[in-house]
Amino acid sequence: MDGAAPLFRMEGISKRYGGVRALEKADLTVTAGGIHAILGENGAGKSTLIKIMAGVVAPDEGTMTLDGHEVSFASPAAANQAGIVCIFQELSLIPELSVADNIVISDPPKRFGMIDRKAQRRIAEEALARAGASDIHPRALVKDLPLSRRQMVEIAKALARKPRILILDEATSALTAADVAKVFEVLKRLRSEGLALLYISHRMNEIAELADHCTVFRNGRNVASYPAGSKSDNEVVELMIGREYSHIFPPKPGPTAAATTVLEARNLSWADRLDNISLSVRAGEVVGLGGLDGQGQRELLLAFFGVLRGLSGEILIDGKPVSIASPTEASHGRIGMALIPEDRKTEGLMLPMTVRENLSFAALDRLSKAGIIDRVAEQRLIDDMVGLLAIKTAGLDIPVGALSGGNQQKVVIAKWLMRQPRIILLNDPTRGIDVGTKQEIYQLMRKLADAGAAILFYSTDYDELIGCCDRVLVLYDGAVKRELVGDGITEHALIASALNIHGDASRIELGGKA
Amino acid sequence: MKDWRYWLAEQRGTLLAFGIFIVMFAIYSANHPAGFTANVVQTAANKGVLLAFVAMAQTLVVITAGIDLSVGMIFTLTNCMASWLVIGTGLETAFGVLVVLGTGLLCGAVNGAIVIYGRLQPIVATIATGAVFFGLALLLRPVPGGSVNEDLADFLTGRFFGVVPASFVALLVIVLVVWVPFSRSEFGRAAYAAGSSETAAYMSGVPIRRGKFLAYTLAGLLAAIGGLFVTFFTYTGEAAYASGNAYTLFSIAAVVLGGVSLFGGKGSAIGAIFGALAFRTIGDLLFVFDFDPLWQPLFQGVILLIAVSLGAFALFRVRNRLEWFL
Repeated sequence: MDGAAPLFRMEGISKRYGGVRALEKADLTVTAGGIHAILGENGAGKSTLIKIMAGVVAPDEGTMTLDGHEVSFASPAAANQAGIVCIFQELSLIPELSVADNIVISDPPKRFGMIDRKAQRRIAEEALARAGASDIHPRALVKDLPLSRRQMVEIAKALARKPRILILDEATSALTAADVAKVFEVLKRLRSEGLALLYISHRMNEIAELADHCTVFRNGRNVASYPAGSKSDNEVVELMIGREYSHIFPPKPGPTAAATTVLEARNLSWADRLDNISLSVRAGEVVGLGGLDGQGQRELLLAFFGVLRGLSGEILIDGKPVSIASPTEASHGRIGMALIPEDRKTEGLMLPMTVRENLSFAALDRLSKAGIIDRVAEQRLIDDMVGLLAIKTAGLDIPVGALSGGNQQKVVIAKWLMRQPRIILLNDPTRGIDVGTKQEIYQLMRKLADAGAAILFYSTDYDELIGCCDRVLVLYDGAVKRELVGDGITEHALIASALNIHGDASRIELGGKA
Repeated sequence: MKDWRYWLAEQRGTLLAFGIFIVMFAIYSANHPAGFTANVVQTAANKGVLLAFVAMAQTLVVITAGIDLSVGMIFTLTNCMASWLVIGTGLETAFGVLVVLGTGLLCGAVNGAIVIYGRLQPIVATIATGAVFFGLALLLRPVPGGSVNEDLADFLTGRFFGVVPASFVALLVIVLVVWVPFSRSEFGRAAYAAGSSETAAYMSGVPIRRGKFLAYTLAGLLAAIGGLFVTFFTYTGEAAYASGNAYTLFSIAAVVLGGVSLFGGKGSAIGAIFGALAFRTIGDLLFVFDFDPLWQPLFQGVILLIAVSLGAFALFRVRNRLEWFL
């Protein structure tokens, strides 16, 4: 494709969210008939870049040209009109409607003002066949399909819009190996039909197989652009990291004498999301969970916390097998577990209720005598917590929703500390909060561990895992792929094992189920 | 899977409601002193279609994941209006019918505008508009009274060919003229999509607002058709608060019985019609079994609970307890 005029070009694109720079003078050139891979860590600016291309957000500065003409898109629909279609990570399918309904949703075929169901069926069947998913019945409801099939429907839906540029953002993350192979055939065929494809993936082996050209993003800029296959995996990982991080982490105490094991899992499996996981966490230890997002980390924490039904395997507390049937059981009595959830707005806080009420929710049984809340004891404990975590609030009786994100997260943590838990599970607790608060949370975590708590900590930020954890377990496809200890926890090792590249990255394996 | 299996799965709620209705009606007519005669069917149809129209109205709104607590009051308002206007010569009567139906449309459009463009919650918005509609009804008919074109009334509440209840045929025509085109139009689909997942619908460029607006507006129309028919049956107009509220609440029960999900995005007005007919039959069963009428609300409540529980079995299969709250 060398020498072909670029189909689409972005120049000097910048985008700020509040004070955070997501993109800074980024450039990208897309040619027809090629597959262009975009690489980068979480938060490197890839998502923002494609959101701008797809008309979801508008850039602060910079220009986009399509066929040599300058363009700007006010909405996803406008980008679609121009022939740019994006398959987003978060699915855009409507669960209660059928596959065929979903495929034609933005422009259904009509006859006498009503939707022509025969034509719709035909379009859907064609699109499914083009996506290599003829096994999906057009009348099936989307909500009844497993995630991997939904992803195929999403691809078919995109193809039905007849795109010129197709963007796939982690479109294979939910797919089985067999589906990935099918999708790859489709993508290669589309390339030969002259489409431009933009492919965003964390999976190195996929990029090696598929891409013609690669661009690496880091800190909101495109730092390297090279023909696929001209750099080793090691070099690519170097390009993706290549940045310093400040020393905001508290010192680790180093290897401690054999403390007792508090939390243990043996051969834990659930549905097709958790695969034979065994792990143990000792008192005073911070154990990290690493890996790409969505490899079973969230489910593992939910499994410990008694949310999942139909688990197989064993959970042991203090060496004794237990069965935990609900979050109430997990947090009460001798288990003493707490889970700081991923989404504080839906699973952590009652936003319209006051700071005081939110702080007390998890500990109401401890604060009550004969069912009546002891206001004095409540106030004392709340004062302790607000002091300990330095929660900045205009008062205890304002809605918690009025606090800043960082302070909201502190309330979520404090609410569980009110119970003085022995086992603390954290699900990506620093997502979307400022650096200052992050640092306080790191220090608090270490303080709690020093006081004897066993901590299991999932984070999507590799720096955090390196800075905070005594050990890190890297998950891939619901299984523990690798355990990193002490000085062995490096960014390079984390990324390599998250991508399931073994050893010195010379050998690449297809995600565990090839 | 074969096509018919998908059809079956789609129609499950409707078929269940149909089944419940058939069983109840069979018990009813088998125990009726007069047996399964044209007369019994006609009486049952006339009682049933009123709730059926209101339940259809409720369905349209519930599909968008909203709720319309004013349908009973639109029904009452249009009843009072019809008792003034649907009278006189053929032309005058026709004019009256048009004004009554237009009023229903307008009431629905007001609800829709408040909910969609005013962004108020449907439950509060329609409680308020419902009170306004009832207030207007009361102004029109401070005391029960009025009259209606009796030729038209008798024609639409009688029987065709001596056997087919005319009100039932009218219901069928309304289904074909209002529900079928709506459910198959782009806007109908937009209403379903908005009810199922408004964000996904927005991201897919679905005309959400127009779909929802049409749903609310047509709901007003259907409630007005109900109001028109109650005038044909009673020959009078009455601003009865209790009756209006009962229709609203029963319509929600009928909708749920008919397999329409209160979470939106799922169900059909046909199911709601059978839900309404089944609900009416529950009440009638008491008479044929010679129960004390005092038992009727209790009995209706128990049967309703049992029928609605049939739809909740899927919860036993959930493996992630967080899905209980979705």
